[in-house]
Amino acid sequence: MAERERRMSPPYGGVFVARTTVMSAGDIDRAIWRMAHEIIEHNHGLENLVVVGLQTGGVPISERITAALAEISGAEVPSGTIDVALHRDDIGLRPVMPEEATEIPGDLNQRIVVLVDDVLFTGRTIRAALDALHDFGRPKSVQLAVMVDRGHRELPIRPDYVGKNIPTRRDEVVNVTLTGVELGEMKK
Amino acid sequence: MTKHLLSIDDLGRDGIEEILELTKSFAEVSARRIPKVPALRGKNIAWLFYEDSTRTRLSFETAAKRLSADTMNFSVSSSSVNKGESLRDTCLTITAMGVDAIVVRHRSAGVPWQITKWVDASVINAGDGWHEHPTQALLDCFTIQQRFGSLEGRHVAIVGDIKHSRVARSNLAAFTALGAEVTLVAPQTLLPPSLEGWNCKVSHDLDAVLPTVDVAYMLRMQLERQKQALVPTLREYTAGYGLTEQRLDNLGSETMIMHPGPMNRGVEIAPSAADDPRAVITNQVANGVSVRMAVLFLLLGSGGDLGTLPEPESVQPDDGDAR
Repeated sequence: MAERERRMSPPYGGVFVARTTVMSAGDIDRAIWRMAHEIIEHNHGLENLVVVGLQTGGVPISERITAALAEISGAEVPSGTIDVALHRDDIGLRPVMPEEATEIPGDLNQRIVVLVDDVLFTGRTIRAALDALHDFGRPKSVQLAVMVDRGHRELPIRPDYVGKNIPTRRDEVVNVTLTGVELGEMKK
Repeated sequence: MTKHLLSIDDLGRDGIEEILELTKSFAEVSARRIPKVPALRGKNIAWLFYEDSTRTRLSFETAAKRLSADTMNFSVSSSSVNKGESLRDTCLTITAMGVDAIVVRHRSAGVPWQITKWVDASVINAGDGWHEHPTQALLDCFTIQQRFGSLEGRHVAIVGDIKHSRVARSNLAAFTALGAEVTLVAPQTLLPPSLEGWNCKVSHDLDAVLPTVDVAYMLRMQLERQKQALVPTLREYTAGYGLTEQRLDNLGSETMIMHPGPMNRGVEIAPSAADDPRAVITNQVANGVSVRMAVLFLLLGSGGDLGTLPEPESVQPDDGDAR
């Protein structure tokens, strides 16, 4: 959740308190390389592929996956970012603000788009992202890579590439950074 | 952020900066191949324009459509206002049909404030008399910020009919709130009777001011008010206060030429000045749409009004992460 939204959502001014560490920096690194290899395997190469990170949590992971793909294949891999705030289905129910840049390289007609996010939870963010992608063309296919799948889906959406499946309670919070994945709660 | 946008002073520096920051996101949306997002789907916005307007109304209309809102067009000349319906009854009637926002322009100052007392909808001031035109000031700030990064320490000259100009009042408030220095340049007859409390300098010598400014903001000469003989002739006005071709050489190479439109070419601005590379008049129009998207979204869509949020228990965390 972006900083500004967090400030404006209950519990107001809450901070994340970690309980356990579930992935180390090394685990994240290995998961990124594995997912990069899976992307290449699944698509028989990298032709027409573009990697799009979801603002804001998915972007650092998207950048790492893009770099890994480039290193494995020895060629530039086009990449971009997308902010889905304006496509959310909970606008008006809670504070929603566009925060960061949307930058899509070229149009997406006939491209294979790999969406990258940090945590897959209800699936509503991904639904909004699928909606937002439409404005940039009609991709040949859209695939989803996430560092953590924590369950509790509310929509028929599934990931194609997963760093780690972590069973969670609904009220828990999963904190993903490039230095590790922590499980904990928001506390005031 | 409050529910209404009535004046620049209500926003203060923080409010202005918040809107300008949000505008960047909507400028990006406007640049897309399909510049439309579903953010305000199902919201209904009514235009209540008691005065002529092309660009402001079309700009708001475009902004609303890019956010997928529905709009109700209300043209005073072909409505029940001609049958003698009062402003209050008109407002109650259109809100009874279910509107979330009313965008109002009226020849009398203070009308938007009055309407907020009658209706539940958000009210946006699109110009009231000689008083305020806040969205114009916001789009002008955004245009200057785009060029210079910030208004802090910049010198802006607002030139022309200050007395009858709501644009001058709103822009002065917004520019100075963001740290710019403002000089009003006009003949004495086109200045308000008193400038007490106005945070600006005043000059009657355009040629002395022009070389020192970062922005030359030319106001429209309100030809419809010339019956009052506030200037001897338009030619004399142009000679003293118009941005003529000769004065163009007097401007710095980075100076921005701005005008809120509609222009009287050859009166306050020479055709060659309006088409000069330093003129950003069409940028102002383009930015107007993005700024108005930001304003509509902030008032209607962002849920930024904390009073209306659901109780903490009923809010599902939507994302897993806690950044």
